[in-house]
Amino acid sequence: MSAAEKTRPGDPAYNFGYLDEQTKRMIRRGLLKAVAIPGYQVPFASREMPLPYGWGTGGIQVTASIIGPHDRLKVIDQGADDTTNAVSIRRFFQRVTAVETTEETAQATLIQTRHRIPERDLTDDQILVYQVPIPEPLRQLEPRESECRKIHAWQEYGVMHVGLYEDIARWGHIARTYDYPVMVNERYLSAPSPIPKFDNPKMTRMAALQLFGAGREKRLYAIPPHTDVRSLDFEDHPFEVQHWDEVCGLCGAAESFLDEVILDDRGGHMYVCSDSDFCRHRREQGHRGAMAGHEAVRGLTEQAS
Amino acid sequence: MYVAVKGGEAAISHAHGLMADERRGDRALPELDVGQIAQQLGHAVDRVMTEGSLYDRELAALAIKQAQGDLVEAVFLLRAYRTTLPRFGASLPIDTAAMAVERRISATYKDLPGGQVLGPTYDYTHRLLDFDLLDSGREVPPPRESDAEQQPMARVADILGQEGLLEPAQQGAPDTPVADVTREPLRHPAGRDARLQALARGDEGFLLALGYSTQRGYGGTHPFAGEIRMGSVTVEMVPEELGFAVEIGEIAVTECDMVNQFGGDAERPPQFTRGYGLSFGRAERKAMAMALVDRALRAQELGEETVFPAQDQEFVLYHADNVEASGFVQHLKLPHYVDFQSELELVRRLRREHAQARTEAGTQQQEAAE
Repeated sequence: MSAAEKTRPGDPAYNFGYLDEQTKRMIRRGLLKAVAIPGYQVPFASREMPLPYGWGTGGIQVTASIIGPHDRLKVIDQGADDTTNAVSIRRFFQRVTAVETTEETAQATLIQTRHRIPERDLTDDQILVYQVPIPEPLRQLEPRESECRKIHAWQEYGVMHVGLYEDIARWGHIARTYDYPVMVNERYLSAPSPIPKFDNPKMTRMAALQLFGAGREKRLYAIPPHTDVRSLDFEDHPFEVQHWDEVCGLCGAAESFLDEVILDDRGGHMYVCSDSDFCRHRREQGHRGAMAGHEAVRGLTEQAS
Repeated sequence: MYVAVKGGEAAISHAHGLMADERRGDRALPELDVGQIAQQLGHAVDRVMTEGSLYDRELAALAIKQAQGDLVEAVFLLRAYRTTLPRFGASLPIDTAAMAVERRISATYKDLPGGQVLGPTYDYTHRLLDFDLLDSGREVPPPRESDAEQQPMARVADILGQEGLLEPAQQGAPDTPVADVTREPLRHPAGRDARLQALARGDEGFLLALGYSTQRGYGGTHPFAGEIRMGSVTVEMVPEELGFAVEIGEIAVTECDMVNQFGGDAERPPQFTRGYGLSFGRAERKAMAMALVDRALRAQELGEETVFPAQDQEFVLYHADNVEASGFVQHLKLPHYVDFQSELELVRRLRREHAQARTEAGTQQQEAAE
C-alpha cells in the first residue's frame, strides 16, 4: 500500500466517506448540538446523496461524518445484514472508506440501522446510527412543521396523548406498533424511527450513543448514553411490547423479535429471528428450532449464489 | 415575431420549419431511430404508453421522437392518435396471478412462495454517473439465465386474504360495463373503476407528489408495499361471434398492491385495507404513487375524515390529467387582447375615480380644519 492510499483509503475519486470535509464538519456540529439537547431535532443542510431519499440518506450522512479509518461498520435493515438495502449501503461505505465491515454486533464500533435495534446489548464504545424517514413524532397528527415546532417549544404534547387515547377508545389498545412515540430525558417527544415498539425498552439508558439522521426532512437528533427514554402510556394502559406464541424456527429463541415467513399459499408459515446475527450465534451455540435444516428454510440460512 | 392572428400563417409555417430543424439537430450525427428509442429509452416509452392509454411501443417511441423527448407532449400525441381508433370491444380482466414474472418484491414478508425476485431495477444501484456510458460501443454481456423454473407466485393480497387479514377486492358484476372516462364524462362521486382509470392516465409527477403528501401527514394511510410485480400477461377477449375467449396478445404491466391502515367496526373485524396501482411496462414509480392516491381517495367510503388534497376526489381527478392541464396552462400564450382591453378600460376608470375621491376627501378635510 502506498503512502497516498494510506492517507485516503477507498475509491480515490471520492473523499473519505464521500462527503467533503466542510460538510462533515457541519454535520458534526449539528450532532454535537443534538447530543447537548437530547431528543431535539436539529435542522441541518442535508446533502443529496447517491442513494434515494427514504433509503437511508440521513443515516448515511451521519455515518459518513463520524466514521474513521479504524472503525468497524455493521449495517442492518430489518435486523438483518443480508437485506438488499443493508448490502447496498455497506458496499457504498466499503467503496468510499474501505473500512472493515462486520456482521458481528459485538465487533462493530459503528452500527447503521433501519427499523431495528440489535437484540444484543450495546456497549459504551459503540454508536448506533438510525435511518429516520419521519423525524417528527407529531407528523401524522399535525402535518405542518411550523405548528410542530411550536408544540415542541411549549412542550404542549396533549395532542399526542389525545391521539393515543382515541386509539384506546376505538380499539381498546394503543394501536401503534412501530415508531411508538417516546419522551427523551423528560423534555422532548421524539420518534424512535420505525423500529417495532418491541425495541423501545432497549433505548432507555442504553450504554451506546444513539444518533438519528433524517436526510429528506433535514433533521438530526440524538440520545446520549444512559439517557432516560420513556414510551408514552397511561396508568391504566401501560406500555407493553409484542409477544408471539411461537419461537424462532431456526434457533428456537423465544425472546427475540420474529419475522413471519410464508411457506406456501395454503396458509403455511413459520417465524424467524429478525436479528440475523443473534440467530446465527444461537445456532452456533447449538440451539435448534423446529425448522432447522429443513429444505424450505435453506434460503434463510445460506448465502444466495 | 409574435404577430396578431391575422397574417400569422407565414409565421406558423416558419416556426414548424425551425422546430423540424431543431429536432434533427447537428446533421453530422446520425438521426435517432424510433427502434432505438423503443429499445434504449424503454422507461420513457412505458410512461408515454401508460399516460397515453395506448399500448403500442412503436407509436409511443415515435411520439417521443416527434416531441424531442418532451414526454407530456408525447402523451398528448399518442392520445390524439388513440382517439381516432375504433373501439371493437373490451378484454377480459387480465390475470396478474398468472403473470410471467420478471420482478416481484414484497416489503411485508422476508420470504414467500416464489421468493423475492429483484429483476431489472435501479434500486440498490448507487447513483454515481457511469462515465463509461459516454463511449458507445461497449460490450454488454447477456444477463445470467436463471436455471430455476418459475415457481407459482401467489399474490400477497391473496395470501393475506385467506386469513381475512386484508379486505377482498371489490368485484364488479360480470355484465356491468366498466366505466370509461374517455367515453363518458366524469361524474362525482366517481366509482372506483372510473377513479382508477383516471389515475392510470394521470400525470406521474402529480400523483407522485400527492402520494408523497399522504406519507408526510397530509392524509396518512400507513402504507406497506404488500407486493410489486412486473412481467407480461396475456390479454383475452370474447368475440361475440365466437362466444369463447381467445388470446389477442401479451402486454407487460407493473402492478402494485398497497396494504394500508386497518379499519373495522362493530360488524366487521379489523382488517387491512388496500390501494391499487397498475401501469404499462415498467412504470413502477407511477404504479406505487397511483396505489397511494387510490387508497387516499377511498377515505370517504371507509368512513375517514376527508380534509387533505389527496383525499379530495374532485381536486385529484380534475387535475391529474397532464394533457388537460398542459393545454390549459399553456393556453395563456394565446392572444387575450380583447379580455385584457376590457380589464384595462375598467382599471383606468377605477384609478381615475380613486384619485378623484382622494382629492375630494382632501378638500373636505381642509375645509373642516378651517
